[in-house]
Amino acid sequence: MNGYNFAYLDEQTKRMIRRALLKAVAIPGYQVPFGGREMPMPYGWGTGGVQLTASILGADDILKVIDQGADDTTNAVSIRHFFQRVAGVETTTATTAADVIQTRHRIPETPLRAGQILVFQVPIPEPLRFIEPSEQETRLMHALEEYGVMHVKLYEDIARYGHIATTYAYPVKVDGRYVMDPSPIPKFDNPKLDGNPALMLFGAGREKRLYAIPPYTRVESLDFEDHPFEIQRWEHACALCGSDHSYLDEVITDDQGGRMFVCSDTDYCQSRRGEVA
Amino acid sequence: MKKPVLERPVLLDVQGITRLYGPAKGCEAIDFQLHAGEVLGIVGESGSGKSTLLRVLAGLEAPDAGQVLYRRQTDDAGAEEAELDLYAIGEARRRALLRLEWGLVHQNPRDGLRMGVSAGANIGERLMAQGQRHYGQLRATGQTWMRQVELDPGRIDDAPRTFSGGMQQRLQIARTLVTQPRLVFMDEPTGGLDVSVQARLLDMLRTLVRQLGLSVVLVTHDLAVARLLAHRLMVMRRGQVVETGLTDQILDDPQHEYTQLLVSSVLTP
Repeated sequence: MNGYNFAYLDEQTKRMIRRALLKAVAIPGYQVPFGGREMPMPYGWGTGGVQLTASILGADDILKVIDQGADDTTNAVSIRHFFQRVAGVETTTATTAADVIQTRHRIPETPLRAGQILVFQVPIPEPLRFIEPSEQETRLMHALEEYGVMHVKLYEDIARYGHIATTYAYPVKVDGRYVMDPSPIPKFDNPKLDGNPALMLFGAGREKRLYAIPPYTRVESLDFEDHPFEIQRWEHACALCGSDHSYLDEVITDDQGGRMFVCSDTDYCQSRRGEVA
Repeated sequence: MKKPVLERPVLLDVQGITRLYGPAKGCEAIDFQLHAGEVLGIVGESGSGKSTLLRVLAGLEAPDAGQVLYRRQTDDAGAEEAELDLYAIGEARRRALLRLEWGLVHQNPRDGLRMGVSAGANIGERLMAQGQRHYGQLRATGQTWMRQVELDPGRIDDAPRTFSGGMQQRLQIARTLVTQPRLVFMDEPTGGLDVSVQARLLDMLRTLVRQLGLSVVLVTHDLAVARLLAHRLMVMRRGQVVETGLTDQILDDPQHEYTQLLVSSVLTP
């Protein structure tokens, strides 16, 4: 496309972001500030993720974009079109074929392989924010590893609901050091963060922070000894592909109370149906 | 007359603390020693520098000059006595000390409590910071401490904002004492409470101090509170200590003219 540099951002900006990414990879889970740019989309639509993707994308990379696991929802479609126009890269919906996957709120069900990069869109990067409003204080708490307050939140969940009711953005400890917000992925996906062969990058556009989990890094979800971490389970299997081990969305089908449970990962669901057929 | 010799070991050694915001604003050249198990009261009018001194002692504000030395004793007979200079050790070390071995009770319970989370979470926070990860135990400890400070353990899941002022203050005290600190700083712990609530709180504080063998630095402008709780008194005026001594001695036989004024200006019903 004329008038734009490859992948929209200018080379100086990409270099700045890559430099920040290197730092983030070197210190797993640490939030690195970066000079976020204005992107041609509103904050909250994935400006952080888009900037990271733009700065790591190569001309022969294949890109996949998902939103809540689906390839065909608004956010996914518009970001995919954006990169088709400004970078001219090949895009795909197949998890296995992609080199770079930008995601909002899910990790694909198909296991990732070494060499793939997963880019997360993050609204609020600071896991301590809900209990400590001061940025200066939270940075100090990270520096000094004062993470007791994270458990105050989980304690409060159990006291109110009888179990840990946090279901998304469930806090994790990365490589035994930094407590990190894994972005609003369901806690169902938390175990996939642990020891994953793919590189995982997190970008928060409004807050201008990025962080990373390098491949094969230890990632633990915080919990109590007598209330261990658990993932969501469903009584149903996927109505389309019959999967009993994937994350399901409840879809309302009519106004008579009819509903069905289907995989939130559309690519996974379709490929399974292809195999069965 | 010779003063009785206190044989208890020195816990806090304060040498030449100065923190001035302007001439005679703040505190200047304060020296004293606090012994284990002792309650030291700091009294004086508003603006006399007593709160500034407390902030410096409690590690919240670095002094312009002087040292705060904390002598920790390990329990084993090896008597490994480490002396810590509060402002020479790193910030990480200092914050850990404040969180685990010391305690601070604010005048306004809202400053010391997390108002958004339940009473149980407030009491458990310091334990969780120490690494306790068992919900059942945290909750049991929370209820024990609520009983200790005469709160209804059935209200463990209620938010502090549903508690009255006196109950919030009790909750703050429970939250501070739960890690069994050796040294507690209190800034006007009964300020803003009505007289009958004050009396019960003081009574409870006195019991806890004796039971737990706490050392306390207590800042107050209320001489009645000082008489009830403090073993020793320090009278401050314009940033300087004008008189120190045993509480009864100071209150019954004040030597310095300012102390005389202070004592005589108390209204007795």
